[in-house]
Amino acid sequence: MSFLNVKDLSKNFGGIKAVQGVSFSLEKGELLALIGPNGAGKSTCFNMLFGQLKPDAGSVVLDGENITGLKPRKIWRKGVGRTFQITATYGSMTVIENVQMALISHHHQGFSFTKRATKMYREKAMEMLELVGMAEQAERGTATIAYGDLKSLELAIALAHEPKLLLMDEPAAGMAPTERQALMALTKRIVEEKGVSVLFTEHDMDVVFEHADRILVLNRGQLLANGTVDEIRSNPQVQEVYLGGGTTFANE
Amino acid sequence: MGFYLVQLLTGLSNACALFLVASGLTLIFGVTRIVNFSHGSFYMLGAYIAYTLVEQSSGAFGFWGSLLLAGIAVGIIGLIVELIVLKPIYKSPELYQLVATFGVILVIQDLAQWIWGAEDLFGRRAPGFKGENATVDIAGTLMPTYDLAIIAIALSVLGILWFIFNRTRFGILVRAATLDREMVSALGVNQSLLFSGVFFLGSMLAGIGGAVQLPKGGASLLMDFEILSPIFVVVVIGGMGSIWGVFVASILVSVLQAFGVLFFPQSTLVLMFLVMAVVLIFRPWGLYGKEESSTEHAAGEIKEPLREVGSKMKMVFLTIIALLIISPIFLEGYNLNTIIDVLVFCLFAASLHYILGTGGLVSFGHAAFYGGGAYAAALLVTYANTPMELAIFFAPFLAGFVALIIGWFCVRLTGVYFAMLTLAFAQVLWSIVFQWSAVTKGDDGLTDVYPQIITSGSILHYYVVLILAVGGIILLRAMAHTPFGYSLRGGRDSSLRSEAIGMDVKLIQMSSFVFAGAMAGLAGSLFVFTKGSVFPDEMTIARSFDALLMVFLGGVQSLTGPISGAAAFTLLHEWLVQITEYWRGCLGILIICIVILLPNGLAGIGELFRNIFTKTPKEEAAK
Amino acid sequence: MLKVKKINSYYGGAHILHDVSLNVEQGEVVALLGRNGAGKSTTMKSICGLVQPKSGVVEFMGQGMQGKPPYHICRAGIGYVPEERRVFSELTILENLEVGKRSARQDVPQWSHEKLFELFPNLAERRQNLGSQLSGGEQQMLSIARTLMGNPSFILLDEPSEGLAPVIVEQMALAIMELKKQGVTILLSEQNLHFAKLVADRAVILESGFVRYGGTIVELEADEEVRTAYLMV
Repeated sequence: MSFLNVKDLSKNFGGIKAVQGVSFSLEKGELLALIGPNGAGKSTCFNMLFGQLKPDAGSVVLDGENITGLKPRKIWRKGVGRTFQITATYGSMTVIENVQMALISHHHQGFSFTKRATKMYREKAMEMLELVGMAEQAERGTATIAYGDLKSLELAIALAHEPKLLLMDEPAAGMAPTERQALMALTKRIVEEKGVSVLFTEHDMDVVFEHADRILVLNRGQLLANGTVDEIRSNPQVQEVYLGGGTTFANE
Repeated sequence: MGFYLVQLLTGLSNACALFLVASGLTLIFGVTRIVNFSHGSFYMLGAYIAYTLVEQSSGAFGFWGSLLLAGIAVGIIGLIVELIVLKPIYKSPELYQLVATFGVILVIQDLAQWIWGAEDLFGRRAPGFKGENATVDIAGTLMPTYDLAIIAIALSVLGILWFIFNRTRFGILVRAATLDREMVSALGVNQSLLFSGVFFLGSMLAGIGGAVQLPKGGASLLMDFEILSPIFVVVVIGGMGSIWGVFVASILVSVLQAFGVLFFPQSTLVLMFLVMAVVLIFRPWGLYGKEESSTEHAAGEIKEPLREVGSKMKMVFLTIIALLIISPIFLEGYNLNTIIDVLVFCLFAASLHYILGTGGLVSFGHAAFYGGGAYAAALLVTYANTPMELAIFFAPFLAGFVALIIGWFCVRLTGVYFAMLTLAFAQVLWSIVFQWSAVTKGDDGLTDVYPQIITSGSILHYYVVLILAVGGIILLRAMAHTPFGYSLRGGRDSSLRSEAIGMDVKLIQMSSFVFAGAMAGLAGSLFVFTKGSVFPDEMTIARSFDALLMVFLGGVQSLTGPISGAAAFTLLHEWLVQITEYWRGCLGILIICIVILLPNGLAGIGELFRNIFTKTPKEEAAK
Repeated sequence: MLKVKKINSYYGGAHILHDVSLNVEQGEVVALLGRNGAGKSTTMKSICGLVQPKSGVVEFMGQGMQGKPPYHICRAGIGYVPEERRVFSELTILENLEVGKRSARQDVPQWSHEKLFELFPNLAERRQNLGSQLSGGEQQMLSIARTLMGNPSFILLDEPSEGLAPVIVEQMALAIMELKKQGVTILLSEQNLHFAKLVADRAVILESGFVRYGGTIVELEADEEVRTAYLMV
């Protein structure tokens, strides 16, 4: 039994089959990339894994526990961290407070009113920031930091409760090329150190080929290929899909 | 049989009158996404202008022509308001737009009083609907013929609207813009002109609605607020932006009321809100409304983290508190009472700020909890013989309980929808208090609810208010710094992130709403404690707006904002009342100027203060 | 005809376009290629005014367009067909066309309902149907027809073949060739290289918000290195 087992996941939107019978598994400590052309169903898949969408059919089993259809906040408590394509952070808090919030929530202190939030779990939060190289910016307002740093901060937030699985939706989008490589190298290092499994989507193929252990290719809601970097690179079907913008199109 | 038929027709007639006005409001919202609170004022102007024109005219042609002309005149006034007040702030946060239209209400109210006087005016009867033609016998029951005329007028207006929306280019553009404004502009349509056109048409509908009402109810200065809650209720029930929805909702509400009055004569107003509550349980976006991802920052985006209060700021606070403690030595009577008023309002405004600033939820019905606390205290004293001193203790809990019920409905929505719903529920509470006179004494209010041990006006009395109000404000401030307050703020900044770190955003918002409501209730009970009486006025829309203005004046951005805002507002109000009869209009113009000239509110000034008074990160690091 | 010089566009804090420059000459069909997320749609939106570039110049027929409101740019002759089609769902086909209608312009092809129904016969049969009742392909045709009602001299076609069945994609290609014949200049974005080969004269390749390649379609076909690097996996 693998660490994460996804079986026959399906979702329809008003008759359009966004995701159809997608099955795959993820091993412990593996960095798995999910790629595919626009509208292939990557986001839908991702949102079903994290509970923002309820699947019409299929199951998601994490470490032997069925988490299908749970709300995002419940899935998070099962040990799943999440970063977003467009960063979602608390703009009116300092960098470190963003991480502290995740820790406060993890310790079920979200409703507590006896202490100052900004003084809680500081050391642990700082540790997380050091891990992603953001310690120097800890006291800055989050609204004022650079976009690339926001992406690193998201990673620190996602790692705060020591998750077993990280879901990263386009972790490198909107960053400069050198920053992208740095962020993914960092992610890979953390995966190895902490034994976290990662599933990520990404448009930048350089990033994918450089860092992914294995690649899933989605097309029109279906899983088209599942293999190592070299297998995917040499798969003619995958090439056709990418050049054909998702449609397989007869040459005239 | 005839009786029921007449009742039905009366209901339909009321529905039609309501539809005329409400259709304009929903039309304006659909295209411009602005909730125009001054719509009721345009309705009132319609009646007044029609009065003047009818007095100058003669004959049937003159009469009906006057009503139409009044509508057109109001349309032009609406257009002017749009050009001057709203055009500059289309891109501002919703709160500022709402505050600006409230400024327009104040200005129009005083203008109307200045032109037509404070006395109610009675319109002439419509020619052909007087004397023996005034009523018609329907199966043995008399029915006013003018009510039937209103049905005919509204149906013709509906027909004309149908024609405009389906057969003219303007109408098609309006419908397209309601669906996708950005795409319409990418297709070469000048949005600015379209908005102006829609504002003209929408205001004209309000004007005609008011003019048609003239022969029935005359013209009075109360019309603007009176119409506000019914039109907002039908717009919310129908689904904001949907003309057809407003038509259906108007009929539903009015017909139910026409029959409801037979069974529950005391609760006709409540009935209207009950319908709304039932509809919203099943369809949170109204009958024909669509779920909308409302902008997350209705109160404006806040980008500054909360910092620990700097030493200079602490000195300022302590100095103010020290001054308050010693002020009975050199102040007395009137001046001491003014301080008490300011303190109570500061607490009220701070409690609103907690949900609006920290929580990002623009509540338009905060007076429900202020008035709720006031009534809770007064009722306990009147009926349960509770000493006032003890009633102050219970009032916040009762106000919190009210907030729990209202919050359950409201926190499911965001942005303007949340604002509308809180407003509507505040009106429910107001109508209960207003109509249930057996218990609440209605308009006469509850009087003689003075404290028993502490005499009002004594120094002890002053200190009780001082301790409770300042204590409440400090509690609200402290709460903002706890994980509970931070969780609320997190939900405002990014609910997506909150859910992704395991937080139940709605539950946090709900409990914060209850907490803020309870603190407003405390302010309300302190009000009764001081005045010894309470009237339904404490629950009106106007009172909710007062609190909003205080928060707005002080700036949504900072925790100190509501305090300085409340102080500034109360003192400004006192001063304006002393120098001019038309203080409302002056205040309105001032509000409009602030909104337009400082499109980000008073944040700029607030920031300046913060930079002086708060520790910078460097200062902290140096420690 | 259209000159884009070094534009930089952002989405929130994210830097999407980095110094993007491109030219389109009168009568040409230029394809903007690249994988998804490369910045094709943002380039389109930056030209038609729905996204305001933070720096750089957009020049159309010698006039600066950057900073102008979208309706102004549309009236200058640039028509925009969005990726998501964005037909007005509660309006009929005829009403959708009415929204796009603008007065005639000199030296550009004029369009009427009848002429458009000839180009897209599927629409003719359903002219009283609501936008929401149309299939994906019909919505795409309607979206193009609606933009043509403004008699543009230049149109931006964002991913015209995306998500369409192969038969419809072919129809779409024929329609674009017809538009070109009528003298409309076109900038289209595509992920589908086969489709681009059919209709375009030149290609510009975007990757990660940078322009990586510019050349004729024939040259691109010959250049396997470029194709592998930016279009294939």
